[in-house]
Amino acid sequence: MKNNYSIFSLLKNSLSYHENWQQAWRDPEPKKEYEAVIVGGGGHGLATAFYLAKKHNMKNIAVVEKGWIGGGNTGRNTTIIRSNYLWDASAGLYDHALKLWENLSQEINYNVMFSQRGVMNLAHNLQDVRDLKRRTHANRLNGIDAVWLSTEEVKKFCPIINTSPDIRYPVLGGTLQRRAGTARHDAVAWGYARGADAMGVDIIQNCEVKGIKRINDAVEGLETTKGFIKTKKIGVVAAGHSSVIANMAGIRLPLESKPLQALVSEPVKPIIDTVVMSNAVHAYVSQSDKGELVIGAGTDAYVSYTQRGSHDVVEGTLKAILELYPIFSRMKMLRQWGGIVDICPDASPIISKTSIKGLYFNCGWGTGGFKATPGSGDLFAHTIANDEPHALNAAFNINRFVSGDLVDEHGAAAVAH
Amino acid sequence: MFIITCPFCGERDQSEFSAGGEAHIVRPKQPTELSDDEWADFLFMRKNIKGIQFERWNHAHGCRKWFNVVRDTSNDKIYAVYKMGEKPPSN
Repeated sequence: MKNNYSIFSLLKNSLSYHENWQQAWRDPEPKKEYEAVIVGGGGHGLATAFYLAKKHNMKNIAVVEKGWIGGGNTGRNTTIIRSNYLWDASAGLYDHALKLWENLSQEINYNVMFSQRGVMNLAHNLQDVRDLKRRTHANRLNGIDAVWLSTEEVKKFCPIINTSPDIRYPVLGGTLQRRAGTARHDAVAWGYARGADAMGVDIIQNCEVKGIKRINDAVEGLETTKGFIKTKKIGVVAAGHSSVIANMAGIRLPLESKPLQALVSEPVKPIIDTVVMSNAVHAYVSQSDKGELVIGAGTDAYVSYTQRGSHDVVEGTLKAILELYPIFSRMKMLRQWGGIVDICPDASPIISKTSIKGLYFNCGWGTGGFKATPGSGDLFAHTIANDEPHALNAAFNINRFVSGDLVDEHGAAAVAH
Repeated sequence: MFIITCPFCGERDQSEFSAGGEAHIVRPKQPTELSDDEWADFLFMRKNIKGIQFERWNHAHGCRKWFNVVRDTSNDKIYAVYKMGEKPPSN
């Protein structure tokens, strides 16, 4: 049994110079067989395992991860959390996640530093204004907090924004979701890993899936770099590498994998206490608790699995950032990196059964999966445990590409792609 | 970011080009006879390969011509460039 983290455990461990903290999760060798195996130890995969164990009493399960926990997109994103999506299906999905975020630190006994500092989306042209106003109304009909701000109100809420009408893409207003915000990204992965491990889930790192064994149209197990693992249920949460796993199983997905970049500046004193996003000029910025500006760029417009991204994409983003925030013109950037995102044609995710029995996919989150981590895990766990989707993820099935019932969220996606 | 050798203009920076996705997806000859599954496969499903991929590119900020590229998507190394209508290299 794990010791709870609390003020008392902090005090107690401080007396022994923090040298005796209990290991957060075990490092087990894979068993021969599991009830279910989750492929991918990112936030979504670990959350799936956590809720499978907690809500569906499936404890003989494993998470296999080819790298290390928190080393993939969970540790590479810009940590923005919001639920102001246009369509009813998306609103239900993302607001379910946001509600789980609000109590997540308590639920997993791990401080994920969830900060509801608000997310502001700026409008830079007349069509932006119309789209964002429409989205605000749609959000409110779905019970999601959203307000429209005039240019003056934008300036008041975030004074460092250049709202001069003379800039190339002037700020014509914006929307604000106050319940939105940020969280500490790798704490989410670590917290779910620790919570799942405490309930008996085996988290197996450095274990890459090499093949999926099928008998007729049902899965039998996984070939991995740590040997064969027998299981009747496989939940794939492999983000940018979803198609790689799908190809092993002989199915095709409507995904393209592209590098998405982010970068952080040197740390400075608090200067921006919210998250500001601009879809039209492809720039968004927030400030981490360490003081770094966290800046998100766009995707490279071609398929690639190289975790770096192109220089011209960063340059385009920084040009927009400097036009909107002239105060940042002398900031130095510290680090830049890329993560591989799996993008669906309708910019909405897939949380679904497949044509193969026992094979489930949770993918297609594209550029904005982090915000959905708890909800995605909860709903995917439900789908795997019951072999049926939850009402909230029924619309996000893979058959929508056959029926044509797409959930087009290009307008609400963080960055156009 | 990498260099692409346009078969018409020569070596140029990748930012001059736009990617057209997976190559050699043949448009159905009898669209009226296609089932919904076949349409979905044609329109949406992609191999999205990690490794050697055949793909289409357009020299958007140059000659504006389309052509094909063989590229390793795991390291962005280009192995061949060939014109539309030409047979893809076999190895």
